[in-house]
Amino acid sequence: MDIGGDHPKLGVQALTVGYGKRAVQQDLSFEVKPGSIFAIMGGSGCGKSTVLKALIGLLRPSAGTICVNGEDYWAGSEQHRADLGRRFGVLFQSGALWSSMSVAENVALPLRMFTPLDNASIDALVRLKLSLVGLPSDGARMPAELSGGMRKRAGLARALSLDPEILFFDEPSAGLDPGSAARLDDLILELRDGFNTTVVLVSHELPSLFTICDDGVFLDAETRTAIAHGSPKAMRDDCKHPVVHAFMNREGSRGSNQTKGDADGSG
Amino acid sequence: MVVLSGDWIVRQTGIEASAAERLLTTRSASTLSFEAAQLGRWDSALIVFLWALRAQAAKCGVAFDQAGLPPSARQLLALAPVDVVPVAVPTAHQRLPERVGRQAIAGWSEMVEVLALVGESILCVVPVLRGRAGMRRSDVLDCAWEAGIAALPIVTVVNVLVGGILAFVGAVQLRRFGASIYVANLVGVAVVREMAALMTAIIMSGRTGGAYAAHIATMQGNEEIDALRVVGIPVYDYLILPRVVALTSMMPILYLYGCAVGIFGGFVVAVAMFDLGAATFIEQTRSAVNGYQFLFGLTKSIVFGAVVAFAGCRVGLRAGRSAADVGRAATTAVVIGIVSVIALDALFAVCANALDI
Repeated sequence: MDIGGDHPKLGVQALTVGYGKRAVQQDLSFEVKPGSIFAIMGGSGCGKSTVLKALIGLLRPSAGTICVNGEDYWAGSEQHRADLGRRFGVLFQSGALWSSMSVAENVALPLRMFTPLDNASIDALVRLKLSLVGLPSDGARMPAELSGGMRKRAGLARALSLDPEILFFDEPSAGLDPGSAARLDDLILELRDGFNTTVVLVSHELPSLFTICDDGVFLDAETRTAIAHGSPKAMRDDCKHPVVHAFMNREGSRGSNQTKGDADGSG
Repeated sequence: MVVLSGDWIVRQTGIEASAAERLLTTRSASTLSFEAAQLGRWDSALIVFLWALRAQAAKCGVAFDQAGLPPSARQLLALAPVDVVPVAVPTAHQRLPERVGRQAIAGWSEMVEVLALVGESILCVVPVLRGRAGMRRSDVLDCAWEAGIAALPIVTVVNVLVGGILAFVGAVQLRRFGASIYVANLVGVAVVREMAALMTAIIMSGRTGGAYAAHIATMQGNEEIDALRVVGIPVYDYLILPRVVALTSMMPILYLYGCAVGIFGGFVVAVAMFDLGAATFIEQTRSAVNGYQFLFGLTKSIVFGAVVAFAGCRVGLRAGRSAADVGRAATTAVVIGIVSVIALDALFAVCANALDI
């Protein structure tokens, strides 16, 4: 996977996002380094998902710039945005699989639309992606027949279909049991290491954040901007800001002990 | 020893899954090892190749030594199972007798359910009239607004045009016999007895029946109906009754309105294009249309309203939970609504003829 020169993979400058005149988050700046797993954190309702929408092209920011490999994402034409967007893979919160297609067709559709590959090659890629996420024999099933965790995995396989440079996750472990959530975390780490993908995830699941993320930004609902930067672990241990401290340590002792154990076990 | 070199990018170089097979069948070796010093950029294309190669090696009994591969590629290969599993194609083919049987059973149970629904509604008539049903007044008013006032523009357009068309077609024919004056009778009787009720019911079927089905089917998909059931709120009272009551009570009003604008449409065409006097037209219409005919149309419109509302709700309730199912439910509701309205209209016509109304 190519790494875009000296530029950060994703650079956000003075970003303001909102609906109509109401700003949900303002004056946000952060950089996502290539190959890192970057967390957008914050309590419920602080605007994490809205920021994500701006990053993946679903919501035009009211101000500020978002640069992908140094190119301004929102400055160009819609076509230019679509071209850049093809380097993204997005896993939506509930998987967002297209319900009228089988799982395999879900993964195959982006390949059919945007690559000149023949059917045999597409089949091989679909098999690979489904196997990587642990659904090797579920390709023929319809999304409605899958459990929540399987839908997420299938959604991840679809997000991976075009070999994205940046993978976005909206609440990856929401609605999963702790075991499945931990396995999904491991999978995210393995896929990042394997494909050298950059990962941006929105989450407030402390165990996941501590286990997999090596950088991040903390959004505050009150001041509507970023109040802390750095890895979740560093925020937990060193950040003096009362809001961040309370968030990171609320279920503190138990959550962090368990994560440390997980991290040791997997590493 | 396999030497990997150059770029392996899906979108630039394609993928070489079949090469794996050729590689192993043309050469005999006991161990496959790799040399990746000259390997450029790579993505899934390389992994697909290595994966196929590993599966093939396992089949031929050749050892697969991945030590020479980049660590990240080794990690991805570890995630994938050893066998290349083909994506199975679903083969749920039913034989003809089985299909016919299933359809028959489904049709029968559907009929029983519709009858139960109609029965429940009839049993509810008394409490509704006494104002004691479990439905919320605001729901009924919302539905009545949607099915009544909000439908006025389209009801106006369609009925005015139908009245005008009737007048035009009728006048062209009647003029040959010097009987242009009777165009008023034709428009009046046709609109009041048939067209106003029928056209309005068809409009409401497409507009409101389809909307009911889509709304309830979406609620089904969001588990909202399950939530109602769990809390113990009767789905029937809360969802279906307000809609049936609203549409059934709005339809006669829309019918009367449809009659008025339909006759107006005929009036405009007759007066403007065929030089009929305005007063003559009105007088002629009054003599042709009587109270019984209005009653006949009114009765029909009430029945049509109930049928359309039931069809919409029923189809919505038994829809599946996916996005495609919502679309199918809306289509089905509209088709059932229109077909049953027209069939009932024919039945009414036969009955009216037999009873000499």
